[in-house]
Order: sequence, then structure tokens, then C-alpha cells
Amino acid sequence: MLEVTQLTKTYGRGASAVQAVGNLTFRVAPGEFVCIVGQSGCGKTTLLKCLSGLIPPTSGTAVLQGQVIDRPPDKLALVFQEYSRSLLPWMTVRANVTLPLRSKGIDSARREDLAEEALTAVGLSGFFDRYPWQLSGGMQQRVAIARALAYQPEILLMDEPFASVDAQTRADLEDLVLRLRDEFDVTVLFVTHDIDEAIYLSDRVIVLTPPPTRVREVVDVNLPRPRDQIETKGLPAFTRLRAHVFELIKREPAGSAGDEVLSDQHAT
Amino acid sequence: MTTAVGAGPALGADDHGGQRVWWLPWLTVLGVLASLEALSRSGAIPQDHLPAVTTVLTALGAELRNPTFWLRVWETVQAWGLGLAVAVVAGIPLGLAIGSNRLAYRIVRVLIEFVRPIPPVAVLPLAVLLFGTGVEMKVYLVAFAAFFPLLFQALYGVQDVDPVARDTARAYGLGPAGCFVWVTVPSALPYVATGLRLSAAIALIVTIATEIVVGSSGLGYAINEVRYASDIALMYGIILVTGVLGLAIAIVFRQLERRLLHWHASQRQGMAA
Amino acid sequence: MTRRMRAIALESALPVLLVVVWWAASADSESIYFPPLREIVATFADVWLFDRVASDLIPSLIRFTAGFVVAVAGGVGLGLLIGLSPLLRRATDPLVDFLRTLPKPAIIPPAILFLGAGASMKVFIIAFGAIWPVLLNTVDGVRGVDPGTLDMARVYGLRRGERIRRVVLPAATPQIFAGGRLALAIALILMVVSEMVASTNGLGYFVLLSQQTFAIPEMWSGILLLGLIGYLFNGIFVLAERRALRWHRGWRAAALGQPVEAGAATTRPRALVAPGG
Repeated sequence: MLEVTQLTKTYGRGASAVQAVGNLTFRVAPGEFVCIVGQSGCGKTTLLKCLSGLIPPTSGTAVLQGQVIDRPPDKLALVFQEYSRSLLPWMTVRANVTLPLRSKGIDSARREDLAEEALTAVGLSGFFDRYPWQLSGGMQQRVAIARALAYQPEILLMDEPFASVDAQTRADLEDLVLRLRDEFDVTVLFVTHDIDEAIYLSDRVIVLTPPPTRVREVVDVNLPRPRDQIETKGLPAFTRLRAHVFELIKREPAGSAGDEVLSDQHAT
Repeated sequence: MTTAVGAGPALGADDHGGQRVWWLPWLTVLGVLASLEALSRSGAIPQDHLPAVTTVLTALGAELRNPTFWLRVWETVQAWGLGLAVAVVAGIPLGLAIGSNRLAYRIVRVLIEFVRPIPPVAVLPLAVLLFGTGVEMKVYLVAFAAFFPLLFQALYGVQDVDPVARDTARAYGLGPAGCFVWVTVPSALPYVATGLRLSAAIALIVTIATEIVVGSSGLGYAINEVRYASDIALMYGIILVTGVLGLAIAIVFRQLERRLLHWHASQRQGMAA
Repeated sequence: MTRRMRAIALESALPVLLVVVWWAASADSESIYFPPLREIVATFADVWLFDRVASDLIPSLIRFTAGFVVAVAGGVGLGLLIGLSPLLRRATDPLVDFLRTLPKPAIIPPAILFLGAGASMKVFIIAFGAIWPVLLNTVDGVRGVDPGTLDMARVYGLRRGERIRRVVLPAATPQIFAGGRLALAIALILMVVSEMVASTNGLGYFVLLSQQTFAIPEMWSGILLLGLIGYLFNGIFVLAERRALRWHRGWRAAALGQPVEAGAATTRPRALVAPGG
């Protein structure tokens, strides 16, 4: 589905160059739910920008279903962390969801159908004609998720989507995403800095090192599905995984001396 | 409606591209001047409508040695400056006073909303009747035109004071007078600076307009004077001077505003719209 | 008396009082410059209902409207171009700065040379004066569009034209309207000035001619009408702005954590221009 090979991204040139992503390799299989965790500032957002075709990588490739990503692929949707910026305040909820479908050449009746289906799936059936700013933060992020689903992507990228909502809403949205993944049969690559969230949601967790960012370890999560906020998080296996991932993240960068080091201090 | 402080360029364009080519603006200016010169020299535009740039600059160069020309410059600057000063002295304190009193504000609100959109040059004929066509008339009219933007901006600036800041000041024992001096006035200052920039520009427009319309002595009058003498090259030369004057005024007041806005913007993060 | 009625009474007291005082104080006025208000009102009715409507009022309105529309269309169009291209912005920077600060009445004489003293000269002067606030605010608005919003538009495959029409332009409308309000005031000033300098009809011409022929009540009636027109145009513009920017008020209120009501009218006064706007 998605293959990332020796992907690096360096900002600037010469002495002031900052390596945001250093030599990442991983793959995501069709239907998988993969989470990427790492400390703040470890280049997660840069990575997602490369994967969604917004910025070109400095070297290495990202390949989606056999096609090198060099511009935003139309089989990919992205849910941004800041819903207040990614939803357009001058459009109703419905218009926000149908907007991306225009460029796909879908006729207006079908656009409406897709939007209504997606909005109903995220539990917003009564809010089609509201404006985003009339909704709570959690509801706004649901709109953003509905927009992504209506776009009919093969893969859904999510950039810390629940970082700015309160804890209860967050748990609800996590379960919503798990349900929608099955319902819409979509592959998910989910970026977060929350270890619990990563383990709770995913089939595999990719743990990143601090900059220059590498893959430290890929952790398989063999917890039973369907998952449950209380039951799953109470399992001994969950606790073990959490301790393991936590330890991976906290560990000092190993053997960074021999790398093509481009000043850690700049990137932090 | 704040300025785009630190705002990135749209559509992912590379803003550094603009910084690297420092010579580009000069190239444009040169290009425009050269085109005008060519258009005129080639006869594409008749010389008696638009003389060549070099002809204009030569005529202006000779005029710069003429004391009468400098007198005209002074007459314009004087009327502009005096009128603006009167407007500042009257408009800003009045705006601050009305703005900080809820009752006073409500009493004058409707009147202000009505007076605000009236074009100031409409009263030009009345001003001529009352004060003649000399410098006195110009100062009155300029003051009238520059007064309102200052009044409104001071008034609205006061109303925009952060209530939290005011409550904090009260909590720390500042009296009403202390609050006004240390919280209200500084908060309103950026608005006043914007008003000042607008007023300065409108004052110059009105000054030149009166000089052209009723022949009060000054640069506007000089433009008409040389035009009637068919010295078209010098006419453009003097227009160029008024442009330089306008640019100088704009730069000075923009700098003043930037300074006052600097902390203002940092105080209101997240409110940028 | 209800609260609302008391508020209306309080707010309209001063204007009413001023008119009454003017009326009473000028009732026996012998001054030729300050005729009795009664006489001004009577003259106003004589002149503007509807004697000089076709000869002076209509031409002025047409010139004003044409100039203002050209200014807004041109300002938004050029502003988009310049705002979207850092290179173009840098290239046009000194030229724009010079032209926008040039006191516009100064170019009336050359405009007469090129275009004569007719309507096209006036429309040109009005448009040339009013275009700058619109243009500069459009540039600012376009540059101020949130980079995150633009990323969203690109990820979801919106084509360039669609991005500009549905994302960049709507995001810039609050700024554009702020510029438009300023442009309106400038357009009105330049309409009057250009008609005073060279014209055989129009409101500016009428007011100046009345003064020069010592038809003082007529002059006053013209000044009053210009005031009314300014007020009316501004009112229409503000209404249009309210309608177009309903989303913006709601969005701002939400961003500031205030209770949100769809289409709630802001009770707070609005500055002519917010700092830097």
C-alpha cells in the first residue's frame, strides 16, 4: 500500500541546514492501522507533508500503490490537527465536505450523497447546514473526518487529530475512528505523541527517534479487537506494550555519532 | 483586520524568491521611466500631453532654483501641518474622553455615524465664504477633514481596551485616573496612530484639492499656474513633487504606526483575523 | 417607557437638539452666509424635488458608481495577482507606493489634458483614487491566508482556479471590505473635487457655482445633499458587508470564546480601520 524508503527531508542549505527527517524506511500494508509516535519536534509533521505530497523529500521516496508521491495523490486524505484552520469558516458543514469532491469530477447529486453518508457516519446528521464555528471542537474534528471519508481515500493520514480536544471527547473520537476504519475499509496512518492512544488504536506502532529522525523500532500490537477503552487498556499486554514504547522513546539516541549529523541543536 | 504579521505567502509560493532579487524594484522603476520616455520621444503620446521624462526632470531641476517654487512648497506644507495639528489637538483628547464614558458615547453615537461619511470637500465653498481663499481657509478645511478620522479612531481605540487589563489595573489599586493614563491611553494608541496616518493622507489630499479648486497659493495652485502657461513639462515636475511629499508623509506616519503596533500585535495574538 | 425606547431617545437626543437649536438660532438670521434653516429646507425641496435631479444629481451618481465599481474590480483583480506572486509584489512595490500616496487631486490637470473635462475624466480620477485601499488590502488579505488552510486545499486536490475562488478570495473578503469602506470615502471626495475643477454639471459643480453666484441657500442645500449621499452610500455598503461577512463575525466570536449566535449583530462599535488595516 504505502512504502517509504530512505526518506529524508532537510530544510535550508549549507551550515544552517536542519534535518527534519533523516532516513526513514517503513511500509504500511493494505487495511492496516499504523501509528507513528515520537517526541514533539521529531519531524512527524514534516513526514506527513512529504507523504501527502505537499513538499518534496530531499532524498528517498514514498510510493503509494506503486506510484511515487510527488504531488497530493487523489487516493489519499489528510485530517489535520487544527480543525479550525482546515475547515473553511465561510462554508457550511455540507459545503466543506463536498468541496474536495468537485475537483474529482463527481456530479453534484453524488457529492451530496457522499457528504450525507459521511456526515451521518460520524454522527452529525442534524448539522449539515451549520457553520463549523457553531460547533464544538470535537464536532468540528468530526466534520474534518467526514470530509476525509467522503473523499473516498485508500489511505487516511491523521496528524495528531485529537491533540486539541478534551479527554472524554478524545476517547469518543478514537472509538469513532476505529469503527469508521472497518465501515469504510480504509488504511490508516495515524501520527500522535500519545503512547496510550497509539497502542489502543493500532495494529503496529512505529517509534521514531529524536532528530535526526529514524525508525527506532516497529512494535506489533497483538491486542484483541474490537477494542474497548476500559477493557483493552486494562489488559496486562497493554501495560507491557506501553512500558516498552515509553522506554524506546526515552532512550538516548544510539550511535548518532557516525550518522550524517546535521546539528541536533538546530532541530530542537 | 490586523496586518499580516509574519503571515506566510499564499499558495506555498517561495517568499525568499522576492528577497533575493533586491534589484527588481529598481528595474521596474527604470523600466517605467524608460517606457514613458520612449512613448513620448516616439510621438506615440503627443509631447504636449506627456513630455519626455528627461524634459520633465530638466524643467523641474531649473525650477528647484526658483525661490517662488519653494514658497509654494512651504505654503502647502504649512497648511497641511497646521490643519493636522489642530485636528490632533482637538480630535484625540475628545475621542479619548467620549470613548471612555459610556453615557457620552451613547449620546454622540448617532451624530458621529451621520457626520462620518460626509465628504469634507463638500464644505469647501462655505469655508471660502467664511475665510476667503488664503491660508486660514485651508487650515480650517484641512483641520475639519483630518479631525474625524482621529476622533473615531481614538474613540474606538478606547472602547477596545482589554477588560482584563482594566480589571487587573483596578485590582492593583489604580484609580480611575491611573487606569486612564496607564491602561486606556496606551491601548488606544495604535488605533490613534492608524487614525493619524489616515488623517495625514486625507489632509494632503484636501490641501492640494483646495489649491486646485479655488486657487489658494501652494503646490496645487502652481500646477494650474504652469498648465495655463502651457509649461506642461513643469506641470508634471510639480506633480512629481507632490507625489514625493505624499510618499514622505506616508513613510513617516507608517513608521510611527509600526512602532506603536509592535507591542500591540504581540499582545493580541490569536485575534488576528 | 421600555428600555429600548429609552435607548433610542438617548441616542437621538443630540441630533434632534442640534437641529432644533440650528432652526431656532437661525430663524431671524440676517447673515447672508447663515440663512435660516427654514429657508435652506425650503430651497432644498425646491432644488432637489426634482428640479436638478436629472441635471446634477444623476450625473454625479453615475460617475461615482462607475468609478467605484472600476476601483473595486480592478483593486481585487490586481491585488490577487500581486498577492499571489511575491516576485510581482516586489517588482511593483515602489510604483504602488508612489501612486497610492500621490495626492490624487494633483493629477486632475493632466487627466483633463488626456481625457477632456467630461465624465470619463471624472470616472478615471475616482477609480484611480479609490483603487489603492482595495488593492493593498486584497494583497494583505491574500498573503494572510492561513498556510494550514492552503495545505488542506492542496491535499484535497483543489485546482488553482478553485483554490483562488473558493479559498483565497473568501478568506480575504474581510480585508477587502475594510479597504472598500475607505475607498468609498475617497471616491466621494474625488467625485466632488473633480466636479468642482472642471464640469458643467454635478453636485460639486452645483455647490461651487452656488457659492460663486451668492446663491447661499442653494449652496447649503447642496452641502446637505452631499452629506446625505455620503451617509446613504456608507449605509448601503455597511449592510452589504454585514451580509457578506456574517460568517466572519460568528467565526471571530467563536475564536474569542464569546457566545455564538448565527447572524448576531455586533453591538460593539467598529473602528474606521483597525490598526494596520
